[in-house]
Amino acid sequence: MTDTLTDTPAQLPELPMPRASGCPFDPPPALRGLQAGRPVSRVRIWDGSSPWLITRHEDVRALLGDPRISADPSLPGYPHRTAGLKVRDQTRRTFITMDDPEHARLRRMVTAPFAIRKVEALRPSIQQIVDDLIDALLAGPKPVDLVESFALPLPSLVICELLGVPYEKHDFFQRNTRVIVRRTSTAEELLAASEALTDYLDELLTVKLADPGDDLLSQLAVQRVATGEMTQRQAAETGVLLLGAGHETTANMIALGTLALLRNPDQLALLRDTDDPRTVAGAVEELLRYLTITHSGRRRVAVADIEIDGQVIRAGDGVVFANEIANRDPEAFPEPDRLDLTRDARRHVAFGYGVHQCLGQPLARVELQVVYSTLYSRIPTLELATDMDRLEFKHDGLVYGVYELPVTW
Amino acid sequence: MRVEVDQPRCVASGQCVLMAPEVFDQDDDGIVLLLSSDPDPVHEEGVRESAAVCPAAAIRLLEN
Ligand code: SF4
Repeated sequence: MTDTLTDTPAQLPELPMPRASGCPFDPPPALRGLQAGRPVSRVRIWDGSSPWLITRHEDVRALLGDPRISADPSLPGYPHRTAGLKVRDQTRRTFITMDDPEHARLRRMVTAPFAIRKVEALRPSIQQIVDDLIDALLAGPKPVDLVESFALPLPSLVICELLGVPYEKHDFFQRNTRVIVRRTSTAEELLAASEALTDYLDELLTVKLADPGDDLLSQLAVQRVATGEMTQRQAAETGVLLLGAGHETTANMIALGTLALLRNPDQLALLRDTDDPRTVAGAVEELLRYLTITHSGRRRVAVADIEIDGQVIRAGDGVVFANEIANRDPEAFPEPDRLDLTRDARRHVAFGYGVHQCLGQPLARVELQVVYSTLYSRIPTLELATDMDRLEFKHDGLVYGVYELPVTW
Repeated sequence: MRVEVDQPRCVASGQCVLMAPEVFDQDDDGIVLLLSSDPDPVHEEGVRESAAVCPAAAIRLLEN
């Protein structure tokens, strides 16, 4: 507890920390300093509170798997990301903000479509979508913004198909999702965006109840809502969660990953020149590790005292897990700042760890494998159509990435 | 090596199936199914990696 005695909140390092200028892929230098010097220490966040920050790979995995750590944002001490999300997460509960056993019960209602065999069965249609989008790119004008014309439409199309949501509404989803992941959104904006999405999925569930199809929302409607296991509103909120998660994360991995590869041409060549699925799968894991786009960290609160690295995290203390720096921990990944598509990166925590680890990860993996194994071989001369220093990065986002990625070929 | 799985803990991340498809499968809800509790030594590395990446610590290894 020495930290709390010697440091007043005003003196603590503040989260989020700035990245080094000119180095968009590396985590903030101050995070490295903490990892090396005080791997479990206090930081200050927007509301003036001072949660613990966990920076070592091993500690992140140990604590995220520890039942003394809760994901419940209604508990005092929980380190909320923003004022808007504080209000949203306390009023709209989905399984990601619950602890077991409720979490397990609700999560299991939506795991079926993400089983490996079911996701593998989608691979041909994902390949088709990718090929169609690339055909359209090649037929259209250049330069073109890769985010708008490729990175965002692909995961949107896939998650809409899986959930049974008409893709024609994608402008509506993307607009509202953007409000939700923007760090500067006010509570009112955030609630309005969530509400609009939930209302829409609620209506869609009514349609599916009457006329179910072969999609996740229909399954929820028929198997969970009709049987009284879940309320229709809960099902709609779960749908919003999956829709949003499916849109933003994979899209940012595609665009930021492409930029990282364009900056590392030898690594890009490995992907361009291989048709070995294992090489591609390994490359995806390394890009997930290296980029760790979930840069706002996993948020939790301790529900019992925990001793770790000579510190005592007390019940009621907030805990932030800095998975971006955990994924650059030299103890876990030698020469962590090197993008090396041939390394074994599978133990990364880019999808989190513990029972809340990303539900959609099998789908994300297949999407990224298809993209990375197709895009650069079909457009081998792909290059950035602007200066690196003109790109705008999502420093203010819950998910890291680039706003636009102008490319040509 | 002996393998045990704890199905109530499993969160259906499917990582074990990716690492060692000869030893692990998933049921219709994505929950782990153990295909062999006494895997062939050639699959041991995959099984160890599965246990290491399983986010829910639902895979237990007993070395014999
Ligand atoms: S890796 Fe663990 S959590 Fe994931 S499916 Fe296998 S047993 Fe379940």
